[in-house]
Amino acid sequence: MAKYKSPAIRRYAIRLAVLMSVYVVALLAAVTLFKKGIVVGPLAWPLAMIPALPVIGVFWAVMRLLIEEPDEFMKLLITRQCLVATGFCLTVMTVWEFLQNFDLVPQGNGGFGAAFFWFMGLGVGALYNKVTMGTTGGSCA
Amino acid sequence: MKNRLKVLRAERDWNQQDLADALGVSRQSVNAIETGKYDPSLPLAFRISDVFGLPIEQIFSRD
Repeated sequence: MAKYKSPAIRRYAIRLAVLMSVYVVALLAAVTLFKKGIVVGPLAWPLAMIPALPVIGVFWAVMRLLIEEPDEFMKLLITRQCLVATGFCLTVMTVWEFLQNFDLVPQGNGGFGAAFFWFMGLGVGALYNKVTMGTTGGSCA
Repeated sequence: MKNRLKVLRAERDWNQQDLADALGVSRQSVNAIETGKYDPSLPLAFRISDVFGLPIEQIFSRD
């Protein structure tokens, strides 16, 4: 069974690849500069935020996919996928925060923030679509 | 909502992809509509009606 690939999904795949490439470069650069202590003071703030920009870009790319995808059933599948991802992410983060509040797990997130769990949630959403609708559609996961 | 898409398609010897191409939607959309997992919007229902040359009420009916 051929997987659905509209021009909107192809554009999303390209945007995702570019943004993830930028993310890897930005993260490596920021980690290296911080480790070497090259950037300190006020400049450290924008440097720390730079790796977040391509991640925010992925949120934008998913929303663009929702706007640009012409097939209404595929739009429904993507919307369901995003809702599942949001619910999954909020659930994990809420439970984690309470575990931290009662000192059952260490503070900090070890680099696995809300975005990581939202992207994981997209995978869960794709699985949910497959089980309940029989297809993942184009899938943004 | 029930529909006669599968029967109407078979009468014309079309597969799901043929109908999807005629409607300008994905094959998955046609399959979801046929199996009752998805009810099309009114604009898509009108397109289906145009493709089969039948009024909407002869294609779709209440459960």
